[in-house]
Amino acid sequence: MPEETVGLPELPKKERMKIPRHPMPEQKPEERVRNFSEVALGYTAELAMMEAQRCLQCEKPLCVQGCPVEIDIPAFVDLIRQGKFKEAVAKIKETNTLPAICGRVCPQEDQCEMVCVLTKKYTPVAIGRLERFVADLEREAGEIEMPHCAPPTGHKVAVIGSGPAGLTCAADLARLGHQVTIFEALHKTGGVLVYGIPEFRLPKAIVDYEVENLKRMGVEIRTGFVVGKTATVEELFWEYGYDAVFFGTGAGLPAFLGIPGEQFIGVLSANEFLTRVNLMRAYDFPNYDTPVRLGRRVAVVGAGNVAMDCLRCAKRLGAQEVICIYRRTRAESPARKEELERAEEEFIDFRWLSAPLEIYGNEEGFVTGMRIQRMELGEPDASGRRRPVPIPGSEYDIEVDTVIVAIGQSPNPLATRATPGLELNRHGCIVVDQQTMMSSIPGVFAGGDIVTGAATVILAMGAGKTAARGIHEWLGKLERGEVSKPTWPR
Amino acid sequence: MFPIIAKEAIAPGFWRFVVGAPEIARKHRPGQFVMVLLHERGERIPLTIAHSDPVAGTITLVVQEVGKTTMEMGTFPVGSELQAVVGPLGTPTHIERVGTVVCVGGGAGIAPLLPIAADMKAAGNRVYSILGGRTKELVILREEMAAVSDEIFFTTDDGSFGRKGLVTHALADLIAERGKPDLVVAIGPAIMMKVVSDLTRKDAIPTLVSLNSIMIDGTGMCGCCRVDVGGQTKFVCVDGPEFDGHKVDFDLLIKRLRAFLPQEQEARQRFLAQHRCRALEGASHA
Repeated sequence: MPEETVGLPELPKKERMKIPRHPMPEQKPEERVRNFSEVALGYTAELAMMEAQRCLQCEKPLCVQGCPVEIDIPAFVDLIRQGKFKEAVAKIKETNTLPAICGRVCPQEDQCEMVCVLTKKYTPVAIGRLERFVADLEREAGEIEMPHCAPPTGHKVAVIGSGPAGLTCAADLARLGHQVTIFEALHKTGGVLVYGIPEFRLPKAIVDYEVENLKRMGVEIRTGFVVGKTATVEELFWEYGYDAVFFGTGAGLPAFLGIPGEQFIGVLSANEFLTRVNLMRAYDFPNYDTPVRLGRRVAVVGAGNVAMDCLRCAKRLGAQEVICIYRRTRAESPARKEELERAEEEFIDFRWLSAPLEIYGNEEGFVTGMRIQRMELGEPDASGRRRPVPIPGSEYDIEVDTVIVAIGQSPNPLATRATPGLELNRHGCIVVDQQTMMSSIPGVFAGGDIVTGAATVILAMGAGKTAARGIHEWLGKLERGEVSKPTWPR
Repeated sequence: MFPIIAKEAIAPGFWRFVVGAPEIARKHRPGQFVMVLLHERGERIPLTIAHSDPVAGTITLVVQEVGKTTMEMGTFPVGSELQAVVGPLGTPTHIERVGTVVCVGGGAGIAPLLPIAADMKAAGNRVYSILGGRTKELVILREEMAAVSDEIFFTTDDGSFGRKGLVTHALADLIAERGKPDLVVAIGPAIMMKVVSDLTRKDAIPTLVSLNSIMIDGTGMCGCCRVDVGGQTKFVCVDGPEFDGHKVDFDLLIKRLRAFLPQEQEARQRFLAQHRCRALEGASHA
């Protein structure tokens, strides 16, 4: 990484506003639907500095408030403008451990960039792209500055799950001098970052790299360890000797439609499809042993980010027609705008206002088609969105070989069920104190999707950070004898 | 990494592996399974645990070579390592003293039946076992099962050992001669469990079966293993693998087990082509 590049001058504010937002180079749609390489190619140093030049350097920056981990955005952006890339990434890392990941998968348009003062009249500073640029530069140069870790406290913390919440919590605890072990059920570290988000959106090498950094900070990682089965939380405290436990187990339980025909072969959850493709690399079968079968026509039910990932993976796997079935309209789609647009560029057939009624199959049990009901928007429902209402007599059938159900995930009860006394809400989410992230069991903390239900990577990271502070305080109390480790009645 | 400590060919196409996995050995209860990943490019497959030794820190896996992964596992020598062994997964068998228990096993299903029969016996039940296979040498673990059974019966398709016929014939006769048992535990190929369940349904004999559907993670994340039990969708990996045999939709299970047949054949052919010498060796056994 160059120590310093010749930066760009600070322009008068009026001139800064005149510069249009710089697009990020990306693979052309016709090209990228034939490979699993990353779609977005990232800024060059020149583009990054030019984009950074647009920042107005507000005195009261709203972007910082819009960031769940409160990165000092104007400061790092200005460092980029000056060509001080190394300092820029250090500035980000003061609060964000995983900038290469956040720069790619954060919904900036709903957070920092949404409240950027330029957004109203012009277009916001491309904060996410700049974050990604410096993080990539540092990684590619291989000159990672290891964060300073406090002297060992002698306390041991068990972090369950290696997704965004767990990784962030572990990193912050390690910096505070605690000895951290991450317990991951799968054979690879990263949680949803490796099994869920596809390679073309988040290259796995980036996740691996961040995990390696955690290890260099002294964090121990145990893969293939299923808390609740291999050991219970009680055993983690009393047999493995941990002083606190953090649940970052995410929302991994797939929802199904509950319509007739869902048992046919070729109906699969988004989790199954994405796990086969991303974690097990079924796209490279038979070089990798896990297969995936799609056929010619693939329907994906749902229109969130997970659905977009499924649609785009199916396209890349060679399905000729890929159809998105969603009961509301494009405007209500919970997907990021950028992901939706990219899917649209990739020749996906979007059927808005369409709800699946039934799935058809043949004698051998394979999917052959589905019945669709056309919908219209009625009165707003509890979510504030207009409720989709069936149009009578509008049903029609389509032929499909595969149906992927991407209508949401809920918390996996495996670990929580094996932890008596843990208070859950009616959705199976762990109930926590919002300040400390401590659950109903003293010394047991939780954060991320296991608390909120399926949400975003950055919110999980924010929760991991808050929990790390809560755990640190609790360990202090433990040391002073003000609290004690939880016990379970025999 | 999980070291292979011992390995033994127990029948043509059947291997017994002793694998170092202290944490799993400590927690294993009969009825539970592990997910095994051979190497970086491998697939995750569920294998039931035939035995565990918490003191030695080992688990025993009995593997039948049926597809690419199980055949490849057969080439792993003592001293080599499996990349991942995850578990123990699934809900353990509910062991209690019910009176008379008939354990019916076929093929590789005899392996997970062994610890269940042993615990049923230890709980004070009278245990009858019926083991079946195509031919004598494919009826595995005969002595081990005999040691934990009050009485044991064998059937083979070709009549080379025990009675000629199916396990259901032996079961029907046993019921006719000794009266209704209090529980039947049947583990084997799906079709075997189906016919056993059909037989015991008539006499309303409680029947447990252990399902072996296709899985990826084994922890409830993917839903690939889902089955219909009494009209409800259940995940074999977390709700099972044992279910009430009278409620399982076996026809659906059998169809779903065939989901990847072409891909399985392709992988198998490729593997055989790459290991032609070994395959020829195998052919001379058969």
